[in-house]
Amino acid sequence: MWPLIGIGVVIIGFALRFNPLLVVVVAALASGLGAGLAPLDVVAAIGKAFNNSRYVTAVWILLPVIGLLERAGLRTRARDVVANVASATTGRILLAYLLFRQATAAVGLTTVAGHAQTVRPLLAPMVEASATRADPDISPDGLAKVRAMAAATDNVGVFFGEDIFLAVASILLIKGFLDSNGIFVTPFQLSVWAIPTAVAAFVIHGARLLRIDRKPT
Amino acid sequence: MIGLPFLYALAGLMFAGFAVSTLADRAHPRRFGSAAFWGLLALSFLAGDRLGDLGNGVLVLALVALAGTGRLGKGSPPTTSPEQRAASASKYGNRLFLPALIVPAVALLGTLLLGPPLVEAKQVTLVSLGLGVVIALVVLQLWLKPPLRAPLDEGRSLAESIGWALVLPQMLATLGAIFGLAGVGAIIGGFASGWIPEGSRLAAVLAFTLGMAGFTIIMGNAFAAFPVMMAAVGLPILVLKLGGDPAIVAAIGMLAGFCGTLLTPMAANFNIVPAVLLELPDRNGVIKAQVATALPLLAINTLLIWGLAFR
Repeated sequence: MWPLIGIGVVIIGFALRFNPLLVVVVAALASGLGAGLAPLDVVAAIGKAFNNSRYVTAVWILLPVIGLLERAGLRTRARDVVANVASATTGRILLAYLLFRQATAAVGLTTVAGHAQTVRPLLAPMVEASATRADPDISPDGLAKVRAMAAATDNVGVFFGEDIFLAVASILLIKGFLDSNGIFVTPFQLSVWAIPTAVAAFVIHGARLLRIDRKPT
Repeated sequence: MIGLPFLYALAGLMFAGFAVSTLADRAHPRRFGSAAFWGLLALSFLAGDRLGDLGNGVLVLALVALAGTGRLGKGSPPTTSPEQRAASASKYGNRLFLPALIVPAVALLGTLLLGPPLVEAKQVTLVSLGLGVVIALVVLQLWLKPPLRAPLDEGRSLAESIGWALVLPQMLATLGAIFGLAGVGAIIGGFASGWIPEGSRLAAVLAFTLGMAGFTIIMGNAFAAFPVMMAAVGLPILVLKLGGDPAIVAAIGMLAGFCGTLLTPMAANFNIVPAVLLELPDRNGVIKAQVATALPLLAINTLLIWGLAFR
């Protein structure tokens, strides 16, 4: 039971709004000690796992490219393009993005878009422009909600598109698990069963997006 | 063969550049703390494999100590004014969108075309991403002719506005590994299988999908929840006892876990980092925008398994 202490640390630490990095490391230390490891062994295990997960942080090498583009006015341009097209409403822009993100993820192209690559430099300024056109008196909070929905749409699109692709990590993980338990399925048998949920995600989230156009945010 | 070390060298050099330019920025409000933070990250990327496990552990503790005690700050590296950006936007027009496509295009082409013996098969996408960044930087420097140090200044400015959240996803991956080592998954799986009432197929499916979503909320990652819930409920009860189709149970069960990913700050990459990137006043703003999609979708996934897996 003691290894679970890390989960308690996470829940309490996040609820009390301590610095999340601090919370996570304390949770790792607590669970390691709770499992009966020696303190120095826990620190070493944390170091080893951190070193093996560097690829997670390495994707930030994108930052200088995005910074250069923003410096040259990319966000301004994205805003202007939308401001001049009256039919480009917030709901329609996000719906088109949802479809694009699901479709590209379904053929394995999860890295063509993302929060740093497309949402911040392109999608967010576009929907801010369309929301401001729909309601010139929109509050900063209203604009923040629109930006949050842009990020949410990226997540929903990629999550419920990528599993249709055969070679994605989650499909391989499922296949590996079933294989090791003596159940043999092909990646195709798994990925077709991602399609009903993908359609449901498009319908549910898409309906929410189109509703943005009908009510003032 | 080219593999992750190529990508890590690029990232290490970038973080080292951030550290040096922070140190040189005398007006920086948290000059030494910030420089130390980026410097430690650079050390991890450039020499992590030579530090040893304990050395890396101490490095992690130092990073967290700097972030946790508020030693990180935001400087103001030189950049263009809003007026200059507007002028540049109207000068270059829609051509500005083209270089934005270089990184995704190279990542795509590289993934399709590169491979052994030149590039390690497993790392092709990440290596291509790094290659795309290098090509895009060269093109942008030649075309827009910003000052030579501009990529570093602009990159540092973005990195400083993300701050500690930049390493949070990696730290959570680390926590997942420690939870695995401590046997957290097996304990939770034991609870989940103990709660299922006898004889009800819908209750068993619910225990599985809610368990996937709930455990994903705790771990921040459906991949960590999947083997645990499959071993505790999915395989022994839904497949072996009730005769469900393993492909349907597993595939849709994973997607039930993804619904949990939409609901948790532990999935920092998807929920916390964008909140910071988009300067949302509420750190949980993205999660709040996702609740009304995630909950109905979780219900649908439950019904899909219930209706499709037992025909």
